[in-house]
Amino acid sequence: MEEIKLPKDFVTYPEARKKAFLSLKKLKEEGRRIVGVFCTYTPWELIEAADAVAVVLCGIGEENIPAAEKRLPKNLCPLIKASYGSAATDRCPFFYFSDMVLAETTCDGKKKMYELMGELKHCHIMQLPPGAGGKGALEFWKAEVESVKEDLEDFYGIKITEEKLRAAIRLRNRERKAILDFYEVGRLKPTPISGYELNTVVTSNDYAFDIEEKIKYLEQRTRELTDLYEKEYKGKKSRPRILITGCPTHGVIDKVIRRIEELGADVVGFENCCGPREKKDPIDEEKDPITAIAEKYLRVNCSVMSPNPGRFKAMGEQIDEYQADGVIEVLLQACHTFAIESDAVKRFVTEEKDIPYLAITTDYSMTDQGQIDTRIGAFIELLDS
Amino acid sequence: MNYIGIDIGSTCAKTAVLDENAEILYTFVLPTGWSSFETVTRIEEALMCQGIDLKQSLCVSTGYGREAVEAAQKKVTEITCHAKGAAVLFGEEPMNLIDIGGQDTKVISCTKGRVEEFFMNDKCSAGTGKFIEIMANRLELPIDQMDSAARNRTEELKISSMCTVFAESEIVALIGKGTSKENIAWGVLDSVVRKVKQEYAKLGDGDRPVFLTGGLCENQYLIELLSAQLGREVRSHALARYAGAVGAAAAALKMEK
Repeated sequence: MEEIKLPKDFVTYPEARKKAFLSLKKLKEEGRRIVGVFCTYTPWELIEAADAVAVVLCGIGEENIPAAEKRLPKNLCPLIKASYGSAATDRCPFFYFSDMVLAETTCDGKKKMYELMGELKHCHIMQLPPGAGGKGALEFWKAEVESVKEDLEDFYGIKITEEKLRAAIRLRNRERKAILDFYEVGRLKPTPISGYELNTVVTSNDYAFDIEEKIKYLEQRTRELTDLYEKEYKGKKSRPRILITGCPTHGVIDKVIRRIEELGADVVGFENCCGPREKKDPIDEEKDPITAIAEKYLRVNCSVMSPNPGRFKAMGEQIDEYQADGVIEVLLQACHTFAIESDAVKRFVTEEKDIPYLAITTDYSMTDQGQIDTRIGAFIELLDS
Repeated sequence: MNYIGIDIGSTCAKTAVLDENAEILYTFVLPTGWSSFETVTRIEEALMCQGIDLKQSLCVSTGYGREAVEAAQKKVTEITCHAKGAAVLFGEEPMNLIDIGGQDTKVISCTKGRVEEFFMNDKCSAGTGKFIEIMANRLELPIDQMDSAARNRTEELKISSMCTVFAESEIVALIGKGTSKENIAWGVLDSVVRKVKQEYAKLGDGDRPVFLTGGLCENQYLIELLSAQLGREVRSHALARYAGAVGAAAAALKMEK
């Protein structure tokens, strides 16, 4: 087993969350507005334009799941259970400090869970169309975006001006570019950064509430890593290169992502919502802001959309650009949309891209680590042979 | 030089020794017991009795206890080793392997000892050796007599639950109704082969020759039931329970070359 090289000042995701909790407390005391969010579909620009801070509420860890199972079925996605459980027991400081929640009717599990969450706090749930290509889908979604703006204005007693919205779009587009450039360090072969670190830095930065600071930090790290590659990595042999796809991986980053690298491969890219999925697609800065925001977020290619051709196009590009040798799809237990779509993903990866594919179904418990290690180990041996 | 493969599974620890021509010199099996480390000591002693010094040989370890083999130059997963071992035992043609182990069941597509695709059960003992062991205990039958008992069944009794815990209570109910051991034993084996079929169906090319490896390969009747369930002949080999260990030894041989 190999150890992952991490910088001396490396901050783990749970540590980053802990730190963020303190800075959020300070922001709250200063009277800042705080809005809790979950998915990639959330129009953060509206939150930014309301001078509010967005904070990610996706649950990690299994400790709050038993509490959630008092009201939610056992056979449900661990992310949904952990998110609700930590909110309901008041153990999630981010939920606690949020003035309200802004979320969407993405998957069946989430949207029904939000009904329960609405008993705890004001939840604005946007109605997401079931497919991006449906007749009237964009108009419908645009009206939903419009109603978020109205709700934020009513809730906070403010006015969100067009000028504010345009500024928020420009700022967030710059942030997207900074995150995307950082992720694309993974395209270098051999990669100068572990996927574990790469992903931890980006997801931890969801808690960096000063976006200008965050952009500066990421730009600097990208430059450092590119220099490091030129000096120490260029021309050297690469370990097998893995692209991650499927469900969000924050909750299994140690159990799956880290293990892949300890067992002998490099995670170079993420084709899931913890990766550059929506970062590659900036918002049009010229158009009417509400229209531009609606158009952008309707293009997000999560498996909740039916059909979902954009995901395959993006995955194909990522396999090529990141020079992936294999794809590992992480499926969280009872995530129907990704589990069903995994059949098409497997065929796409093995037949059209002609590289090996492995699916791992798991949850937030540690009870299946042995079996997961065997699967990952055998997959890497297959890539190495 | 000797090339040694040690496969420490959840139930049994298998050892195989190859010479430089990949001929199998020795194989032996020991119960894994409670500690893989103690098992390794016993393996070392057993090898010494054959005049083989583990520390002077090239060794690859595999199986769940592979980390316990400190003398191993390399640790390889049992999936890769079964494929390599199958090439030694069954040949290099494209084939599908079914490995029914103590705590999990794997199906592997491979050619020339190289894995192309594999699936294994999740954290659940349905369709594994453990399932048969628990049911055999409940029937007070030694596990190696399940096969002959099942062959003497008078009816084809279905155990509907795949879950080990629920299946056990189903069996308790059957015993209470006076159902014969033979009929229950058949139901147990049938449950295992049906579960194995579910895993097997995931393989992309189900039409290849099928070989059984792992601890159950000596159960002739189970192989017959499996063949009937898959609709194709399942073959095995007298040394097929050593496939993982043989594959590990083959990996040790390749390591030197």
